[in-house]
Amino acid sequence: MSTMTRARKPAAPSEVKKPRSGIFLTLLAWFIGLAFVLPVVWMVLTSFHSEEDAASNPPAIVAPLSLDGFKSFFDSNPWPPLLNSMTASVVSTILVLILALPAAYALSIKPVEKWSDVMFFFLSTKFLPIVAGVLPIYLIAQNLHMLDNIGFLIILYTGMNLPIAVWMLRSFLAEVPVEMLEAAQVDGASVTRTLREIVAPVIMPGIAAAALICFIFSWNELLLARVLTSTTAQTAPVFLTGFVTSQGLFLAKVCAASLVVSLPVLAAGFAAQDKLVQGLSMGAVR
Amino acid sequence: MTAATQEERTDTAPSTPSPALSKAGRWARRAPLLPALIFLIVVTQLPFIGTLIVSFMDWNAYYPNDRGFAGFGNFVTVLTDVNARKAIFVTVVLTTTVVLTSLLLGLGIALLLDRKFRGRGVVRTLMITPFLVVPVAAALLWKHALYNPEYGLFNGMLTMIFGDNAPQPDWITNNPLIAIGAAIVWQWTPFMMLILLAGLQSRPLDVVEAARIDGASPWQIFTHMTLPHLRPYLELSGLLGAIYVVQNFDHVFTITSGGLGTANLPYYIYQTFYTALDYGRASAAGVVVVLGTIIIATFALRTVLSLFQEESR
Amino acid sequence: MVVMPVSAALLLSGCAGWGGGVGGGGSNTINVLMVNNPQMVDLQKLAPEFTKETGIKVNFTVLPENDLRDKASQEFSSQAGQYDVATLSNFEIPIYAKSGWVAPMNAFTKRDKEFDQGDILEPMRKALSVDGEVYGQPFYGESSFMMYRKDVFAAKGVTMPKNPTWTQVADIAKKVDRAERGMRSICLRGQPGWGQLFAPLTTVVNTFGGTWFDKEWNAKVDDKGFTDATKFYVDLTRKHGPAGAPQAGFTECLNNMTQGNVAMWYDATSAAGSLEAASSPVKGKIGYVPAPVMKTDSSGWLFAWAWAIEQASPKKSQAWKFVSWASSKKYENLVGEELGWSKVPSGKRTSTYANPRYLKEAGAFSAATRKAIESADPNNPGVQPRPAPGIQFVTIPEFPSLGTQLSQEISSAIAGRKTVDEALGLGQDLAKDVAKPYQEREGK
Repeated sequence: MSTMTRARKPAAPSEVKKPRSGIFLTLLAWFIGLAFVLPVVWMVLTSFHSEEDAASNPPAIVAPLSLDGFKSFFDSNPWPPLLNSMTASVVSTILVLILALPAAYALSIKPVEKWSDVMFFFLSTKFLPIVAGVLPIYLIAQNLHMLDNIGFLIILYTGMNLPIAVWMLRSFLAEVPVEMLEAAQVDGASVTRTLREIVAPVIMPGIAAAALICFIFSWNELLLARVLTSTTAQTAPVFLTGFVTSQGLFLAKVCAASLVVSLPVLAAGFAAQDKLVQGLSMGAVR
Repeated sequence: MTAATQEERTDTAPSTPSPALSKAGRWARRAPLLPALIFLIVVTQLPFIGTLIVSFMDWNAYYPNDRGFAGFGNFVTVLTDVNARKAIFVTVVLTTTVVLTSLLLGLGIALLLDRKFRGRGVVRTLMITPFLVVPVAAALLWKHALYNPEYGLFNGMLTMIFGDNAPQPDWITNNPLIAIGAAIVWQWTPFMMLILLAGLQSRPLDVVEAARIDGASPWQIFTHMTLPHLRPYLELSGLLGAIYVVQNFDHVFTITSGGLGTANLPYYIYQTFYTALDYGRASAAGVVVVLGTIIIATFALRTVLSLFQEESR
Repeated sequence: MVVMPVSAALLLSGCAGWGGGVGGGGSNTINVLMVNNPQMVDLQKLAPEFTKETGIKVNFTVLPENDLRDKASQEFSSQAGQYDVATLSNFEIPIYAKSGWVAPMNAFTKRDKEFDQGDILEPMRKALSVDGEVYGQPFYGESSFMMYRKDVFAAKGVTMPKNPTWTQVADIAKKVDRAERGMRSICLRGQPGWGQLFAPLTTVVNTFGGTWFDKEWNAKVDDKGFTDATKFYVDLTRKHGPAGAPQAGFTECLNNMTQGNVAMWYDATSAAGSLEAASSPVKGKIGYVPAPVMKTDSSGWLFAWAWAIEQASPKKSQAWKFVSWASSKKYENLVGEELGWSKVPSGKRTSTYANPRYLKEAGAFSAATRKAIESADPNNPGVQPRPAPGIQFVTIPEFPSLGTQLSQEISSAIAGRKTVDEALGLGQDLAKDVAKPYQEREGK
């Protein structure tokens, strides 16, 4: 793997093929891609094995397939936690967008004075280690009777992802051609039309990417969920940690559970990869 | 600190407005920002103020009657505590190595994927998969399904290749920090790669083409055109990566439970909270971490990084 | 500015729809927090029986041991009232009882004749009481003993003494190492954690004549007894332990024993149930002898997962009904009939060891288990008087933090990254810090 770090010749996409090095680079790309996905493939394979085959050495690649892992996962009623995670991720993502879009507008199209200090403040909240705020948050939740409550978790997740979303959206809004906005204003075009025809095409990929990233980070969050939920608002990652027993074999079960819990994120990510690449280009920064 | 660069955006308002009007205009500009700003201050700063208050208290949940004012006692304890110092060191080492490794790997792979080749879309999909696995699931996967010396995939592959007398290293024990680091690198490299790939694909190709026609070598193009163009992307991915890796808790908790000298600051704080129930000391450690990161981040953002030095485009 | 109130209102109205709040569920629902050991998972399967009998619904949260301890300490110390019942151990219950976090049970046991408090094994009842008041009911109890592969020993011509010393065990370890392909001599826990590595190690320290603290709260971690025991333990593991020893906890050792990777294992008596289970490849091949000793007569630990009722729970009588059912003779029989007698949560009642159906299944280890539990004395586990009770731990709130931190150092020593002396030097400093407030209070 260490050869990876040597800078390689970039090949602009439109160049004339130099066959030999081209084939080598293609094989290398394939090799690295497969190496990165291998652990996930192993996870999927293990989840379809019996516990005994999952714990064998050399690895049982062609062992008979079994659904025991999934069976014990679905027998333990995973639906409430999965639904809680879905609720928390979707609702907090929507809230983030509702709050972040106007803020991003005020930081780019009609920037307030000292906008970069405001941006820095937004980002600096991400430097607060969550673990350092857990105790006051817990005590606040206890006093408001908001422990074990998905609504409270949603508020925290919104705060957790808001800075990133503002950042991403701002860089896209900064790309909106202001002259056209002004021209539209002079022509007396309606606000909705301006938004639809001038702003939306530019920032849609940014919104999609920001939404996906917020969804992923909320879905993945473990520490807050662990501390603040108990019976009714338990989320999927917390539920997942419950499959590791201190007694007996559990590998197939844990792999099956990991797979199911990761599925929504995998599906969303695969479906929206292009949006993600466009969105992360940060509106081409400048 | 430079004064924030005002973007040269002409107001459409008539010139020489009365002071009152311009004040109103300023507030009109600020209005869309306020909901997000207020929300964020409430959600992030209030708990931090709580942490700050508790950090000056003698407060151990086991001795609720002994609560009192501790002054700087907790901070002295934290800064003189061997384990706290070790945790600081581990955090710095883990963050820098993981972020740099992921960045370099991500850059290399982004360059590979920037070429047109058969199956490029498939390889990209394969590459981003690790980023889409829930972190705690990934940590469990690495600990139990890959690293386990008895039945993990790594030793299993060694057995397959070298037969019964294959070496069966105990990955986590031999190199605990590297074991944790590798698992985090595996998850973050795809994210870095995505940002850098987005950067590569936003390059103005006509300029590159012109340079090529002028006889510039690929290496020259890379160092003189691609890298400068990528700088903000490299900084952005490095910054985001650092923010998340500094706070990494899931991997340390899952893979080694903080053992073998892998307890980083978040884990140290967590342990002080939940095993010792020493709220005062844990809060003081939290405050120290926050101050440290803010100082480092301010320095980095204001001096090294170009992200905050945007002049008008 | 319209956004904020609207979204807040949305949230607040939405919350009502998502349940939540404290003490979720109606007056006939209780919330139970428990560790995800197999016995508790079995209980979860059988809980509908309880609901059928009493009409009380039970919500379970099951977590791995470390997560459970974190959750429980937070829940009970803040008296949040999210759980009515939790599985705590005989380490937490006396401490929580002194803080007033768990509900006393004497009133319940007096009224509930069917529960039969007198049937609970004496050391268990004592370990879960403070000043004669009971605060927890054991679900299953355990001590520790030495398990070894009779067939491997026979093939090598080695005999395990009836009451082995650690010196004899070290000799045997030399002889049976690599008796079969890939088989090492002995599995001893190396995984960091006060309840992982330090459970067996502290029993070794006790019998080598060491202690964490003397009667006057002087730290004794770098004293001869403690040092000898730790060096012995680390050496034995490094020389004759399996791969992954520094990360091996109860589970990893159980796997090693089941898969034939080790010939001996010193650990909890509750492991025998899994080793003798119908599906186990080593069923019937294991011999059981008491915990090895040096300067004491016995050295097995005492541990129980027990049900405790949170003081803040508004549903204590429903909670007691659950505790009484889960720790009853009736429940043991239910497990025996439904799931098999080897799965009975044992080690807590005298009557279990008079039950012919249980003895038929658990004959191999039941006598050894009971003997180990009954010879355990938490108030006098070593060669010197102690300032606080506890065999494999010191029953003070600071112990988890102290034990866990030092266990990480010793785990590193097993991995060969540190010397035992370095580790214990640090441990002594940590122990002194813990002892200081105690000495000040004693001095008053």
